[in-house]
Amino acid sequence: MSRRKFCSASAAAAVTALVSPLPALAQSAARIVVIGGGFGGASCARALKQIDPKLQVTLVEPNRTFIACPFSNNVVAGLRSLEQQKFGYDKVAASGITVVALEATTINAAARTVGLADGTSLAYDRLVLSPGIELRFDALSGYDEAAAAKMPHAWKAGEQTLLLRKQLEAMDDGGLVVIAAPANPFRCPPGPYERACLIAHYLKTRKPRSKLIILDAKDTFSKQRLFQNAWKELYPGMIEWISLSQGGKVNAVDPATNTLITDFGNHTAQVANVIPPQRAGRIAAIAGATDNTGWCAIDPVTFESRSAPNIHVIGDACLAGAMPKSAFSANAQAKTCANAIATLVAGGSPAAPKLINTCYSLAAPDYGISIAGVYHPKNGSLADVEGAGGVSPLEASRDFRAREADYAQSWFATITAEVFG
Amino acid sequence: MKALCVVIGLATVMASSLPVLAASDPPPGAASCSGCHSGGATGSSVSRLNGRDAGEIATAMAGFRDGSLPATVMNRIAKGFSDDELRAMAAWLAAQK
Ligand SMILES: Cc1cc2nc3c(=O)[nH]c(=O)nc-3n(C[C@H](O)[C@H](O)[C@H](O)COP(=O)(O)OP(=O)(O)OC[C@H]3O[C@@H](n4cnc5c(N)ncnc54)[C@H](O)[C@@H]3O)c2cc1C
Repeated sequence: MSRRKFCSASAAAAVTALVSPLPALAQSAARIVVIGGGFGGASCARALKQIDPKLQVTLVEPNRTFIACPFSNNVVAGLRSLEQQKFGYDKVAASGITVVALEATTINAAARTVGLADGTSLAYDRLVLSPGIELRFDALSGYDEAAAAKMPHAWKAGEQTLLLRKQLEAMDDGGLVVIAAPANPFRCPPGPYERACLIAHYLKTRKPRSKLIILDAKDTFSKQRLFQNAWKELYPGMIEWISLSQGGKVNAVDPATNTLITDFGNHTAQVANVIPPQRAGRIAAIAGATDNTGWCAIDPVTFESRSAPNIHVIGDACLAGAMPKSAFSANAQAKTCANAIATLVAGGSPAAPKLINTCYSLAAPDYGISIAGVYHPKNGSLADVEGAGGVSPLEASRDFRAREADYAQSWFATITAEVFG
Repeated sequence: MKALCVVIGLATVMASSLPVLAASDPPPGAASCSGCHSGGATGSSVSRLNGRDAGEIATAMAGFRDGSLPATVMNRIAKGFSDDELRAMAAWLAAQK
């Protein structure tokens, strides 16, 4: 007997004497459709099925293989193969979830149906969206899908990751690599700076006369002092960070010449990694769940959309207050959302949760740093629990950094096992 | 064992003041732990919590929180929880398979 079944059975027994019994059959037949089989969606589908095996859970995901972004910076730097980033859905299906390998294309919120790319549709009682991000090809002049084939973003793992790696391999010693980082909010706030470190690691060992510039649309960034210390310690003179106020914001790109254009001048790179602004995956807008920021506002207890009833949004697509857009956050939100949905379909009201995020970055393969936070619902959003969280100590031994690097590896193994089996 | 019973007793008392159906949910924070702490047997350097003695988990968390137990990240996380919350999380984790 599952935990929830046991608990709700005893809870039901306890109240039977006072009120009429809960409609047990109707509850357990609830149909939950989850769109997106990444860190948020696959976690949520599995958690729902674990909480109540009787729930009818369908996961809609067009790709048969998921390619994970965490650790993909190691792939860019030649420290890891793309194969190690790939996960299938066999175990997800084996746990009783119906996996539909199609794209969701329409949502009829009034009729509670999801239209699929083959013209069929699925009915739901509750819908969960975890579509991740869409790159805003309209936000940076000159940067469109064709430009991305020349100036890769590598912000969705796969071909783009390999393209960036190949460009680094083909570059001469003494070449210039430029990373353009977007304004907040975006997927994986420490990601561009971890990438700078690992590319520098590659350059230091293979092409030591090369340089790397980060052009930033921000004046501060995640784990900033830790990263800057690591740059000084590990890659002296190799990485230059140009902040927004120093003229770092890229306004336009010219893929023909590999040039990045800012208010303060142009930078022509041998390798240009352009990470453009982003918004919630397209299906979130189709569902009516996005606001004018391009992201989805949610209730912090249930992750139900503020604008689309019975539709829950988790992961990068939602605005979760102080919680960053990370795979750890997506997974934690998925489990919280699954519990809330199971409670809601059983006629209960979910209690206020607390969520945790821990996000590791590697400055070198044996040099890890982290940021952590604990979050709770406050004023309609998710806020930091005061006094908790923060970054790794600024002064720490190399042994401490090595342990954090080791924990980063363990985290990836554990979370991907929980999500994909 | 005595400590464990006391912890579970406490958790039950706390839970009974919450709405009836919510009593089956993991206590605040507990659902996040499995992001790092594997439920299965892996070669992970991060300890397994499921099925572990509740008293042991709660004591360790309190130690991380007040700094008497060295940590890399758990000190920062433990500070986000009250004594009651730590005990409820520990009891719930101990009861997981
Ligand atoms: C370089 C890099 C490094 C990172 N490192 C870390 C790290 O170390 N730690 C960490 O915690 N996070 C890291 N992240 C962030 C992490 O990848 C994301 O936060 C996480 O993937 C978000 O999960 P999600 O479920 O929201 O989206 P995703 O994991 O992207 O999943 C979305 C899924 O939805 C599917 N989908 C989209 N639209 C539809 C549709 N219409 N129909 C059906 N399916 C659809 C997609 O195919 C995709 O599989 C990193 C990201 C990058 C880019």
